[in-house]
Amino acid sequence: MEHIANITTGLDIAQIRKDFPILQQQVHGKPLVYFDNGATTQKPQVVIDAEARYYEEYNSNVHRGVHHLSQVATDAYEKARHIVAGYINAAHSHEIIFTKGTTDGINLVANTMSRRFLKAGDSVIISSMEHHSNIVPWQIACEEAGATLKVIPITEKGELRMDVYESMLDDTVKMVAVTYVSNTLGTVNPVQDIIALAHARNIPVLIDAAQAIQHISIDVQALQPDFLVFSGHKIYGPTGTGVLYGTTEWLNKLPPYQGGGDMIKTVTFAKTIYNELPYKFEAGTPNIAGSIALGTAIEYLQQIGLPEIQQREEALMAYAMQELRKIDGIRFIGDAKNRSGVISFLVHNIHPFDMGELLDQQGIAVRTGHHCTEPLMDLFQVPGTVRASLTFYNTKEEIDKLVAGVKRAASMLL
Amino acid sequence: MTIQEIQEEIISDFSVMGSWEDKYEYIIQLGKELPLIAEEYKTPDNLIKGCQSRVWLHTELKDGKLFFTGDSDAVITKGLVSLMIYVLSGHTPQEIATSDIYFINAIGLSSHLSPTRSNGLLSMLKQMKLYSIAYQAKINQQ
Repeated sequence: MEHIANITTGLDIAQIRKDFPILQQQVHGKPLVYFDNGATTQKPQVVIDAEARYYEEYNSNVHRGVHHLSQVATDAYEKARHIVAGYINAAHSHEIIFTKGTTDGINLVANTMSRRFLKAGDSVIISSMEHHSNIVPWQIACEEAGATLKVIPITEKGELRMDVYESMLDDTVKMVAVTYVSNTLGTVNPVQDIIALAHARNIPVLIDAAQAIQHISIDVQALQPDFLVFSGHKIYGPTGTGVLYGTTEWLNKLPPYQGGGDMIKTVTFAKTIYNELPYKFEAGTPNIAGSIALGTAIEYLQQIGLPEIQQREEALMAYAMQELRKIDGIRFIGDAKNRSGVISFLVHNIHPFDMGELLDQQGIAVRTGHHCTEPLMDLFQVPGTVRASLTFYNTKEEIDKLVAGVKRAASMLL
Repeated sequence: MTIQEIQEEIISDFSVMGSWEDKYEYIIQLGKELPLIAEEYKTPDNLIKGCQSRVWLHTELKDGKLFFTGDSDAVITKGLVSLMIYVLSGHTPQEIATSDIYFINAIGLSSHLSPTRSNGLLSMLKQMKLYSIAYQAKINQQ
């Protein structure tokens, strides 16, 4: 029972839950228990309001007009960039590129990197636990360049084989792209070591922080990734928003990704001079309202305090693992020592779809399936898993409901 | 019984079930009881791949009527496959091709036929109709 006491941090969770209007609703006549935060987190009212306020009060295009509204919109958009830079401690705001999301950010880097720096005989390293969005863009890049995609293996517990990774780093490697936290296993990877080992050989590193940014404090100047990507919607912000952080050096070295408005300085039919950072990578009218609201989401998080959030989430995770372990026939897919956010499991030989369906009937939202990590499912030889992903607004009572719900479903299915 | 009569029978059966547990326990039971499809028919050709669960469907024409057998790796899907087969199997291609399948909605399981659900049931229904149209075309040629 010691974990239960630990969950009582300084946070007023009842009050915090009131900030999220969606959490108040019922599903199939039962109070919603939302454990699909790994797929997307819910939005606090301040974020919803920020997005609406842009359209109600100062909708206007950015970086273009001299008129008042355009100036207000530009200021708000650039303030959001500043907030993001502060959140990850980037040295400069221009190192923050607004994207559509993690996938968009990875595609941007894979595409531009391979066009300029990848050639036949080169290789790119990813890991076995990558999301499809950190596999496929590199596969495309490698195919086009005639390069090879190499994969860091994992242990049965779902931890990276760092010894093998080290031996893979040879002169052919031009890029390392790995996830900070596995969206399927919950494993927190030793990204500091991954980056240090690559940098010792002058190899740049991209960190997929989609499942880390909302749980773990990240300081890019301390961690020193060359690129770091995440999605706004997984950190309480709107869908269709995201961030690519890149060092000034690398962002200047890369060619533009998409051509269009805002990314140019001058255009003639003979030659276009590209705009400076960050605008070089933000062609076309961006998701202004979304990026502004993403800034609000981060401010909301900062007000609550990431250390407090992290402490609560660790306690919730420990309690969930402790209680789930008691279920007859449960096995965890991924049992890493250092984990965050998600728990993947199966009960006896019950198909994850059946479990998800019966949990849904009880008002409990979990994810089932392969979680866009099909190679990982093949590795563990399972058709998919049931994934519960939690965050600070979840409660001990909700974990109890999940455990009871899993037991109820299992008794119906077995 | 006609396809419509069978659907009415299912709807009437479900209407007496009060709770979601009753409904799902019945579907799970049907899934467990569904005669297994012969292993030789579990071919990639017969596989209807959904994102979440896999469905196999085998079709045979006998005396002018279509007979379906099916399977799924998820038991709830299997129960729904069983219901779908119960409704459509043993009818002429013409009857199947022109049938209006409404029982899934009527028993409150409409979410299972949404494309986003991807449990293979919608794809299976489409496949059954496609087969019946193909068989009908073949019969018309003879």
